[in-house]
Amino acid sequence: MSTDTTATVPTEAPAAEAPPAPPAKVVFDVQDLDVYYGAFRAVRDVSLQVHQHEITAFIGPSGCGKSTVLRCFDRMNDLIEGARVEGRILYHGVDLYDPRVDPVEVRKRIGMVFQKPNPFPKSIYDNIAFGPRLAGMKDDLDDRVEKALRQAALWDEVKDRLKKSAMGLSGGQQQRLCIARAIAVQPEVVLMDEPCSALDPIATARIEDLMQEIKSEYTILIVTHNMQQAARVSDRTAFFTTEVNPESDTRTGLLVEYDSTDKIFSAPSDERTENYVTGRFG
Amino acid sequence: MTDLSFDREAERLLLEATTSRSRRVKDRLASVWMVGSVVVAVVPLAIVVAYVVAKGASALSVDWFTKDLPAVTRKAGGGMGPAIVGTLLITAGAALMAIPLGVLGAVYLHEYGGRGRLAGLIRFMADVMTGVPSIVMGLFIYTVFTLRFGLMGFGGSLALACLMLPIIIRSTEEMLRLVPDELRQGSYALGNRQWRTVVTVVLPAAFGGIVSGVMLAIARAAGETAPLVFVIGAAARSLNTDLFSGNMTALSVQIFSNAQTPFAAAQTRAWGAALTLIAIVFLFTILARVVSARVARRHNA
Amino acid sequence: MASPPVDELTAPRVVPGGDGSALLGSGSSRRGDSLFRWVALLAGLVVLAVLALIAWSTTKEAWPVFREEGLSFVTSDTWIPAEGKYGALAFIYGTILSSLIALVLAVPVSLGIALYANEAAPRRLRKPVVYVMDLLAAIPSVVYGLWGVLVLAPAIQPVYRSISDAVGDVPVLGWLFNGTSGRSFMTAGIILAVMITPIITSLSREVIATVPPAQREAAYGMGATRWEMIRSAVLPWSRGGIVGAVMLGLGRAMGETIAVALVIGSQAQITAHLFEPGDSMAAVIVNQFGEAAGTHRAALIGLGVVLFVVTIVVNVSARSIVGRFDRRMRGA
Repeated sequence: MSTDTTATVPTEAPAAEAPPAPPAKVVFDVQDLDVYYGAFRAVRDVSLQVHQHEITAFIGPSGCGKSTVLRCFDRMNDLIEGARVEGRILYHGVDLYDPRVDPVEVRKRIGMVFQKPNPFPKSIYDNIAFGPRLAGMKDDLDDRVEKALRQAALWDEVKDRLKKSAMGLSGGQQQRLCIARAIAVQPEVVLMDEPCSALDPIATARIEDLMQEIKSEYTILIVTHNMQQAARVSDRTAFFTTEVNPESDTRTGLLVEYDSTDKIFSAPSDERTENYVTGRFG
Repeated sequence: MTDLSFDREAERLLLEATTSRSRRVKDRLASVWMVGSVVVAVVPLAIVVAYVVAKGASALSVDWFTKDLPAVTRKAGGGMGPAIVGTLLITAGAALMAIPLGVLGAVYLHEYGGRGRLAGLIRFMADVMTGVPSIVMGLFIYTVFTLRFGLMGFGGSLALACLMLPIIIRSTEEMLRLVPDELRQGSYALGNRQWRTVVTVVLPAAFGGIVSGVMLAIARAAGETAPLVFVIGAAARSLNTDLFSGNMTALSVQIFSNAQTPFAAAQTRAWGAALTLIAIVFLFTILARVVSARVARRHNA
Repeated sequence: MASPPVDELTAPRVVPGGDGSALLGSGSSRRGDSLFRWVALLAGLVVLAVLALIAWSTTKEAWPVFREEGLSFVTSDTWIPAEGKYGALAFIYGTILSSLIALVLAVPVSLGIALYANEAAPRRLRKPVVYVMDLLAAIPSVVYGLWGVLVLAPAIQPVYRSISDAVGDVPVLGWLFNGTSGRSFMTAGIILAVMITPIITSLSREVIATVPPAQREAAYGMGATRWEMIRSAVLPWSRGGIVGAVMLGLGRAMGETIAVALVIGSQAQITAHLFEPGDSMAAVIVNQFGEAAGTHRAALIGLGVVLFVVTIVVNVSARSIVGRFDRRMRGA
């Protein structure tokens, strides 16, 4: 795979250009990240910094590797055979891919919400209590469950049927349940992989509200195919795109631009970003 | 302007079958064959069940369940208690061994081995093992166990466990396959380790299906005769509840030995044992149906 | 519930900058994962171990007779334990003949049921048909044997007699349908057919269910009748799988012991007369094992070895056919 296209990609840390008023603490520092599936390079040259108590959105056309990159933050890609990364993701200064790092410990601190709601076929209560039980937080379980459901704005809807199966909830409720499940273990970061793509607009609006509600306590990374959503909820936005590798007819994703959301949507510095956010492709 | 003659032509085409007579006859014959096959299969089922119920019911009484087997089979009297207990104990012993091994083996095949070569070999061999005749399992246990430790109920449990193991492995693996991957991912994302994901998420999600497969395996094992004949000491006539010492007998073996005699009393005893055995086997089969139907309903909700 | 304030409980864990050591998981919990993996693998390996052990231990116990008789163990038909002669050919013949009769009877019926349940039955009848097949499969073989020896064998004897009288002078038929024994190759074949029908049916049904709707619609779309659709779309598509299903039925029939032991007549002979008594390998084992000792016992275990090898060969070929079929389905 050739590397001669590297020069055209702006990899300088854009955070330096437009810092939000008080420079927030950096949670993740991604340095020259490449992701491979076997010999195939799925994503190349991602460098960005994620700040505490902010919502960071990953946008871009499908196949641009935004979900792949997101899954590196809690090492979910480890579960895919042949997947590996080059470069570094520093989490508070520790490389997540240091061989001594236990991915399970990573996932305890960094929660994830998936595209399709995936409640366990257990009761609502047991779904939320699952993580805390795992982490040995067995005391005051009822309070933890209530707090998590309240934070996920689901409490009033389900408080009378906590022992009922979570499979009986609507899609939007299931997704909020999954958010509640993720935050019940008090992670520092919540990763969201297109959390609203399976939901109707009303359910989507509730989840967006919810993200604003909880961002003071968590750091959120969200992948979305919906630019309006990114513009509505996020503080910073990373725009990814794909390039075709001519000799192998495969596509590799790459980070085009990373900046404050306002800047990305009003005055992007890269032409490709501008074309994308204004809807003019090519 | 309407062309009436054209309409009439269309009417002719649609109403008068244009399919040739021989084609229609063949289609009818095929239908007769298919329906006839079902009838041919249902008839023996109905006849066998009717005979067993009609002839077996007369053998049943309180004594049947409580008394020891008679010393002289050609005379009426005595009961089938030891054989009923033997069947239940031997099958339970087999289930206790085969269920954990089978479920764990299936977990290996689906959760760890995946499409690897070793998993493929084990999967293939499990399929082949379901085809090993039960009499061969009996000989196997005879050579490796009975020759060393003597006749006892546990030998029968071992043989039945060998028969159940591959059935449980394959049916459990099918059930694990039905557990959506999203559930595993959800568990991993909460920082759950793989083995705990299997124990706390995957197995509970597949529980109903696994139980139903296990029930069918138990039903099949409970009716087996050949692997028991020469490893449990089937000539036993009195109650023995110790799987690990002394002769034990079982319903299936009693049917076999009584069916071979020309005496009416013994034959009645065989029918009674058959009725009892079928009741036990159907109970497990129906339980499996109920469990899997309930699970299906819960998933649809 | 007296507890600390809720806010305090679920406030996010603040991870101070540079705190990464917590990510280095304790080795013991990682070991838990690999321990579980090993335990599961061992459980899976039990299958391989049992199969290997069957082959080894039965061959070892049967060795005396293999050494004494050599190849004549399977090529001679003289089985006289009192004289130390152990030739199993008549039993092998009986096993094969009764199984073939069973296949001839069971295959058309099984296929008919499978096609009916998948293609022709009204929707509300499909499930009951499958239930009936399940129940048929659930009846223990010894019960079929009991019914066969006490009910079927006496009842069918006059039928055999009249058939054999009727076709006695017809060249091939008179030769096959000869004899008047209620317990015979034929009765064993009938009982075996009843027993393997559910197996062949359920496997064929699975295979037929994989025929893509587009294939059926293509045939119907060209004006085919249902039978023509079955012949042109369903059967060609599922032929391989059905062959595999039939072979698995054959394997089961050859290994069946108790029912055959009760109805085959227990008289070792090689004859084409289907209405005469015979004997099969499995039946001989279970009938003679009780009073056998020494070389006789070794010879019976040797029959088990032959049976094991034959059923393994049949099953491996059947599974390979079904497996190839599966792969083609998934590839398609």
